[in-house]
Amino acid sequence: MVELDLTADLQQQVAQAYRTKTPLNICAGNTKAFYGRQATGQKLDVSGHSGILSYEPSELVLTARAGTPLTHIEAALSAHGQMLAFEPPHWGNAATIGGTLACNLSGPRRVYTGSARDFLLGCHVLNGQADLLHFGGEVMKNVAGYDAARLMAGAMGTLGVLLDVSLKVLPMPLHKLTLVQTGICAADALVKMNELAGKALPLSASAWVNGDLYLRFSGAASTIAAVKQNLAGDALAEDEAFWLAIRELQHGFFEGELPLWRIALPQVAVQPEVAGDWLIEWGGAQRWLRSDAPAELIRAQVAALGGHAAILHGGDRTGEIFQPLSAGVALLHQRLKLAFDPARILNPRRMYENL
Amino acid sequence: MFNYDPHPVASISKADLVTQLLALLPRDCVLFEAEDLGPYECDGLSAYRQLPWVTVLPHTVAQVQAVMRLCYQHQLPVVARGAGTGLSGGALPHPNGVLLSLAKLKSILSVDVLGRTARVQPGVRNLAISQAVAAHGLYYAPDPSSQIACTIGGNVAENSGGVHCLKYGLTVHNILQIKIVSVDGELLTIGSEAFDSAGYDLLALMTGSEGMLGVIVEITVRLLPVPEQAQVVLAAFDDVAQAATAVADIITAGIIPAGLEMMDKLAINAAEDYAHAGYPRDAEAILLCELDGMREDVADQIMRVQAILTRVGATEVRLAADEAARALLWKGRKSAFPAVGRLSPDYYCMDGTIPRRHLPVVLRRIAELSAQYGLAVANVFHAGDGNLHPLILYDANKEGELEQVEAFGGKILELCVEVGGSITGEHGVGMEKINQMCVQFDALALTQFHAIKYAFDPKGLLNPGKAVPTLHRCAEFGAMHVHRGQVPFPELERF
Ligand SMILES: Cc1cc2nc3c(=O)[nH]c(=O)nc-3n(C[C@H](O)[C@H](O)[C@H](O)COP(=O)(O)OP(=O)(O)OC[C@H]3O[C@@H](n4cnc5c(N)ncnc54)[C@H](O)[C@@H]3O)c2cc1C
Repeated sequence: MVELDLTADLQQQVAQAYRTKTPLNICAGNTKAFYGRQATGQKLDVSGHSGILSYEPSELVLTARAGTPLTHIEAALSAHGQMLAFEPPHWGNAATIGGTLACNLSGPRRVYTGSARDFLLGCHVLNGQADLLHFGGEVMKNVAGYDAARLMAGAMGTLGVLLDVSLKVLPMPLHKLTLVQTGICAADALVKMNELAGKALPLSASAWVNGDLYLRFSGAASTIAAVKQNLAGDALAEDEAFWLAIRELQHGFFEGELPLWRIALPQVAVQPEVAGDWLIEWGGAQRWLRSDAPAELIRAQVAALGGHAAILHGGDRTGEIFQPLSAGVALLHQRLKLAFDPARILNPRRMYENL
Repeated sequence: MFNYDPHPVASISKADLVTQLLALLPRDCVLFEAEDLGPYECDGLSAYRQLPWVTVLPHTVAQVQAVMRLCYQHQLPVVARGAGTGLSGGALPHPNGVLLSLAKLKSILSVDVLGRTARVQPGVRNLAISQAVAAHGLYYAPDPSSQIACTIGGNVAENSGGVHCLKYGLTVHNILQIKIVSVDGELLTIGSEAFDSAGYDLLALMTGSEGMLGVIVEITVRLLPVPEQAQVVLAAFDDVAQAATAVADIITAGIIPAGLEMMDKLAINAAEDYAHAGYPRDAEAILLCELDGMREDVADQIMRVQAILTRVGATEVRLAADEAARALLWKGRKSAFPAVGRLSPDYYCMDGTIPRRHLPVVLRRIAELSAQYGLAVANVFHAGDGNLHPLILYDANKEGELEQVEAFGGKILELCVEVGGSITGEHGVGMEKINQMCVQFDALALTQFHAIKYAFDPKGLLNPGKAVPTLHRCAEFGAMHVHRGQVPFPELERF
């Protein structure tokens, strides 16, 4: 899949950096530059490594170079009535598929159809010694060797430079409907979202903000008609705009100066006892918090409930951004980092201080 | 550095090991006499057999940790085992090692109905999970055909799939968190009960790692609501290529069936003799297409699927009229392996994946190979996701026939790689496909796999010799992956 001329240049840059032990800052569209710890190192620009390499609608598989803009991929898929079912956030026009996978970012549909990582079938990467590696493939089922492809998802470029990715894609549902129920507290909203998810309904997104519960359903016309008839709530007219604003962190909730936390919790976990404003998504699995409560307090509360917290805006980006790992798991991380990047040149410290 | 060649000599006598194990475990949890070890000499791939040195069957996670610490101290190989239904020799014992059975860790620890998760021990059988939560209208989606017997721990270790994984995903898509005991006996939590976890996706890495990276001692699975309705359509074709076209057309039309299975003529007839499912015996291929979801959705999709099947040229399109008819159509498919097994003394089940569009050419090549080797093949196919199960018929008592079968099987797997697929879709590499790993992966990728192994298990004690071949072995096997004209394994002398 990888084309030599485009790849050779990146490979040379990584090889050179490996020889000289020069830290690299991998970037493409720069839309996620704010995410994670402060980036340092010499820029390795992969944005030129762009283009869809193959797309077979009947196989539900698309392979694209890492620097391909998300908008480009989404347009190609939509021409065939298909989509990236993890509904990736863009967080800027220049967002690329590589950055999306490196951060494992998924949008409103995530808990109902799967995450970016779930749809990743294979990839080519350069490890920290500039070895060109191919993991996984372009088939749905492949259990040969360790799943190093999915290991790349969410590793924030600290284990390898993504060159191209193969993704499973899905048909786009033809119809959708968002129902709004008003005047609901967070605890009740969590129960409702999960009760509905436990029924055989085509739920495709859920959110709670400002006392309103939003539920999106997607499917055939007859299915949507049945949902409308049987479930409570008012149809939301501008639903496209609503879910886009949630996905892109552009809803009014995200305005203002207070630090923004992304909190992952078991779906039915109670609300952590932290003063601040909350927006709940993913049936409770992703919750956004605006609060200037101390980081230690937030992390402790969230950990006690089985979750983890990351600070997205307003934190000290030279300190830890993501939830600290348990000692045993942290050790495995360091050993894996060395297995892929012995000189620690790939996005060092971007994820954790010691990676 | 990465040397997992079988540990030739044990550092402790068997008598001493048994004494030390008996200090950790109740008497009946340590097996060391040949007659007690017999049941553990192979997994579902019975062509490969090896008695373990000792088998242990701990009851608790603390006992698993104690056993692992002891083995680590004496540098003894450990092979984890669930139900032993694996089809690639993954649980094949090590002659100087401990076989660690997780079969006694079989409690369902908790079920969260509202949150739709269950926390279970590794020895719980796959089907037992769905049975335990059925009263709540929930089930665990991945459904390997071996689901009555296989364990969830084995499923995670193999990343098992089933008939329904086209729509509902593999094991990796249906678990949230696992607990593992590391090679040195430490208990670690991987993943989280939230939908993601901080740090690297170690959950994905552990899933399908075939007992090479750690011992899985607890799993939190996701549960799904039982669909309101499921219906199945059978379609018969005169030509396998037409059946393949129908599959592509259904998916291109935006329909993701819950199951989409294909069988060829030999498999159809074997299944019909066995299950009397009413399959058309003269068809070259049949498709079983199951649609599930809300009643309205199913009705809509059934109509569209029937139209596509007819347009593509099906000689018969039959909708199961009721639940009994649906169950009967599936019974034929689900008993296809034992049914084919009645056609000859032995059969060998292959497991390759291909991009679906290459199906006609791959089936043609398999037929050619079948003629060349003089061995019949029945094809059963998870058509929706491109996972082939050619079943090669043979007689193990005939001198040299097993070797012929292995050679034939190896050719089929190499063919899968050639058309852009994989040597295994769900059964794993184990001992069986270790040579074909050299065909699918180049030396750099294999070296990276060894480095991953080293990060978890620097002494190479967990399931040694399986899943990832040494470069040395690949060089001996001779079927090296030539990557863009580069000489393969230039770094061989390093090892
Ligand atoms: C008739 C038949 C039909 C089958 N159909 C399917 C199918 O449709 N889909 C499918 O995917 N598979 C299928 N299989 C294969 C097999 O059932 C699966 O691979 C299953 O997941 C194995 O589970 P097990 O408990 O028997 O594991 P075992 O066979 O005991 O072990 C399998 C591997 O997992 C490791 N292991 C087991 N438990 C643990 C643990 N707790 N921690 C770490 N490692 C562990 C072992 O070391 C070994 O490498 C079938 C097998 C048979 C016999």
